[in-house]
Amino acid sequence: MSGTLTDQPMIDFRKEFFADERDDNLNEVGKPTRRQDITGHVTGRSPFYDDHLFEGLLHIRCVRSPHHAARVRRIDLSAAERMPGVVRILTGKDVPRNLNTLLSLLDFGIDDEPVISTDRVRYRGEPVAAIIATSEARARDAVAKVVVDWEPLPHVLDVEEAIKPGAPVVLDIYPSNKFIYHGKYDHQKLRYGDVEAAFRQADHVIEGRYQMSPIEQAPIETCGAIATPEQNGRYACYSATQALFFSLAVSSKVLEMPSSRLHFIGGTVGGGFGGKVDSIHEPLAILGAMLTGRPCKCMWDREEEMQVGAPRGAERWYIKDGVMRDGRIIARSFTGYFDSGAYTRLSSYAIIKGVGHLPGPYTIPNVSANVYCVYTNRTPATAMRGFGITGVDFAIEAHMDKVADTVGLNPIELRILNAYRDGDMKAHRRLAKNCALIECCQVVAEKAGVKLSPAMLAASSRKDGGGERARLPISTVTDEHGLVRGFQGGSYGRKGAKPAPLSGISQTMPLATPTASQSPPPAAAPQQPPPRVGSMRFSSISGFRRR
Amino acid sequence: MALHRGRGFAAINYPIGMNLGGDPSQALIHSNPDGKFTVALSAIDLGQGMKSVTRQIAAETLGVPVTDVYVDTADSDTGPHDMGSFASRGTHRMGNAVIMAAKEARAVMLEAAAEELEVDATDLVTDGRGNIHVRGAPGRSITTMAAAQAAQFKQGRTIAGRGIFLIPLSEVDPDTGEMTPVSTFAHAAMLVEVEVDDETGEVTVTDMKSAYEVGRALNPRLVEQQLRGGAWMGMSHAAWETTEPYYPARDHGPVDFNTYLMPGPGDLAPHHISVLERPAEDGPYGGKGPGEMCANPVLPAVVNAVYDAVGVRIDELPVTPEKVLRGLRALGGAKPRRRL
Amino acid sequence: MALKPVTFILNGEPKAAFTEDGQNLLDMLRRGVGDLSPKYGCAQGSCGACTVLINGDPQLACLVLAEAVEGQNLETAAGLGHATLHPLQEAFMQRFAAQCGYCTPGMLMSAKALLNANPRPTRDQVIEAISGNLCRCTGYDPIIAAILDVAEGRRAP
Repeated sequence: MSGTLTDQPMIDFRKEFFADERDDNLNEVGKPTRRQDITGHVTGRSPFYDDHLFEGLLHIRCVRSPHHAARVRRIDLSAAERMPGVVRILTGKDVPRNLNTLLSLLDFGIDDEPVISTDRVRYRGEPVAAIIATSEARARDAVAKVVVDWEPLPHVLDVEEAIKPGAPVVLDIYPSNKFIYHGKYDHQKLRYGDVEAAFRQADHVIEGRYQMSPIEQAPIETCGAIATPEQNGRYACYSATQALFFSLAVSSKVLEMPSSRLHFIGGTVGGGFGGKVDSIHEPLAILGAMLTGRPCKCMWDREEEMQVGAPRGAERWYIKDGVMRDGRIIARSFTGYFDSGAYTRLSSYAIIKGVGHLPGPYTIPNVSANVYCVYTNRTPATAMRGFGITGVDFAIEAHMDKVADTVGLNPIELRILNAYRDGDMKAHRRLAKNCALIECCQVVAEKAGVKLSPAMLAASSRKDGGGERARLPISTVTDEHGLVRGFQGGSYGRKGAKPAPLSGISQTMPLATPTASQSPPPAAAPQQPPPRVGSMRFSSISGFRRR
Repeated sequence: MALHRGRGFAAINYPIGMNLGGDPSQALIHSNPDGKFTVALSAIDLGQGMKSVTRQIAAETLGVPVTDVYVDTADSDTGPHDMGSFASRGTHRMGNAVIMAAKEARAVMLEAAAEELEVDATDLVTDGRGNIHVRGAPGRSITTMAAAQAAQFKQGRTIAGRGIFLIPLSEVDPDTGEMTPVSTFAHAAMLVEVEVDDETGEVTVTDMKSAYEVGRALNPRLVEQQLRGGAWMGMSHAAWETTEPYYPARDHGPVDFNTYLMPGPGDLAPHHISVLERPAEDGPYGGKGPGEMCANPVLPAVVNAVYDAVGVRIDELPVTPEKVLRGLRALGGAKPRRRL
Repeated sequence: MALKPVTFILNGEPKAAFTEDGQNLLDMLRRGVGDLSPKYGCAQGSCGACTVLINGDPQLACLVLAEAVEGQNLETAAGLGHATLHPLQEAFMQRFAAQCGYCTPGMLMSAKALLNANPRPTRDQVIEAISGNLCRCTGYDPIIAAILDVAEGRRAP
């Protein structure tokens, strides 16, 4: 194919589609204007975080667990402290508030992850100490001199093994290795209509199992941050973060430092793809600057980026479709397992997003899903391009191909036949609008010379939707499978719960959300609640702490 | 040994923005003494073009040339709060915040111009080239520079604007999953062609034909950057990449780019892109966010194409030669399907 | 720790710096001289973001000992265009061949080395020349097109 790639126009804008919905006569919007940052990029002068130079810069490198799971009996720092160039060694005791969950910024989930672990590690690569030294090489040399007395513990790496009774518990606050949704269930449910009844009516029932392996975001610039003391007790932090105020708020929380004392500078980042949201480096760099009074850099090398940096997590999906002879899908059920790794980070939210997306871009009258956020002893997962969707879209579309094969339909026609249209009711009970799946299918068929039937060519996202297709199911089958006891909520969006009383100004904040369910689950004898770690909450939205 | 060709198809949609809402973005805009504008944000440009797309949106709304606008991001001391650049939220959320800020600044600019021209501000329009004039009377005009200078040095006005965009946080029903996720979707369909070598198990993507619906293409070249680069990443996800090649085992994890595989410049497939634009009701000038979804259709399209070529279903990504060979062995050799 | 003086030519200007034991050229250029155009991407010699020219040859600055450039002639992306941009820089801008921009300086130096040695490369030769430079954003095609624009005389090299 070499030599041909640029010979033909490789892109066209099909302005004839939806032309009546657009005014194309704008001055600047819609123009192929050059990037504002392009001159900086081609001259090598765009200021990435590591392009800020500081006299006396110190370098931070972490001492990491070689075990998937272990108790830390003792950490002997004496030899490392005597190494040349070592200025200070951080342990978990130095972190003012050494427990966080990334989505506490959204009041979602329970604090579960230390900045630097003190007593136990839950994945290979988890930090237990951080060396601050005058050069990266000296920091590396000192890391090698730290002696940790490990007591290896049983570990679990597979999501379906992890949720079996008796599996090693990854996080004590989640004894069944599953995140607790809304304080009520050990998974997120989607229930729409009656899939079991529909499977009985279907001409074909088609099942599949799909697996996505973990993927590294692999930005060419690795994650990192440089912090330096500013005037008046403030600290400046130059960061590769994808979310400036997210990282600022995490730092403010774990360092117990008002956000007004933090000055974050970033915005020019060498690729992110989701891997620069976790805000790991900023708190460590700022803590280093606080304790040494000198500028400190915390940065992953490429190996850490690949094996310690949180990947797009693995996902396992089971899909079952009920399909009629003509290709109409009348029922679809999902069981999904997101491998969250050792801590929650963003996986719990990815599932909510994924569930809101089911059953894909199709109108199916009966849909059901049980999706689990499972803890295993591996590198925690986080966001990546297509967050919460890429894995299940792979599963759905690979499955659609099997459905097409089973009913003997052209795969493109199968999609158009089942595609959602304006006005259709979706499984999360909101009406579809602004749809364009059918048109995309038609354009690709035309380009690829795939012949579609006249009916499929005439189909449109803007017609034949709504009406009957806008109705909610006559009845929806619900169940209490996976009910848990003793959890106090701890995630927002618990429908029907009264807002918990909040202190001070927070009562006036429109976004204040319940942090605890007000009543125990039905028909359950209240049990001893599991120890709640980190019940103090912090919100970047409301900007203050509350219980 | 034989090479088998196959074609595979997939279609997807993608929710734009943090799906439950509750993710505000803010923007501040002010004019400088020469009538140029600075947009202050805390948004992140990680290559997707945040600085450029907000610059065009600001210029369009203000009614000034894009060269008169500079976007300054990200400094937490000067840029107001923004949730961040993820979840395809940047263009949608920040774009709307910039429109709101630019409208407020524009209104002051027109008031200043009206005072100088001794007309009613509601009778004034901008020509997008740096002039403000009376509607229907281009002769009665003032430059944006003169209006800005009059505002600042004569009238004592600040030409400035504040903007925020927030979709309120949605609840989620624990029992049914009822929720109000996102407000708009992008769409895509993709057909890929592959060649499968039944001796080595190697899969080569030889061609991609796609249609992407992205709302209004706010800058067609930036849209193309996302779609072309994103589809490359999708191809990489499909047949090359993973940090754990024998998941769930943790062994053989790559630690450098020699072991973490991605297609290089010699492994490209021609990608013929068509862009469709159905404006989103609540998007900035109808824009959605093409950045994330562009990779998604490639993954299933590749496995479907492998099936079409040799009859082997690969349900575990990435598609490695080892998996293809094991599939071929189980099948007793290639069984081409040729359905597309 | 012993500091050792090194002198060399950087983008046409004589430079002197002190290097520490084992310091690589990337670190010396960035921290010792203040030329921030070569980027740290891996320090393993596998990404190409730190590509510089040493006596015209593309080299990975992360794999070169700083003291080894004594008396050598170095070129980096910071020296490509001053008052006017180099045709390669113009072509990268025209072709939208950069997104995050992090791989761009290294990519430009590999392209420059190619065009110095072979002003009329084929597409395959362009691909080979940049095959050690990783880009995670663009999918490479715009980069190849930009280099070919210069090679094919659409812009004077």
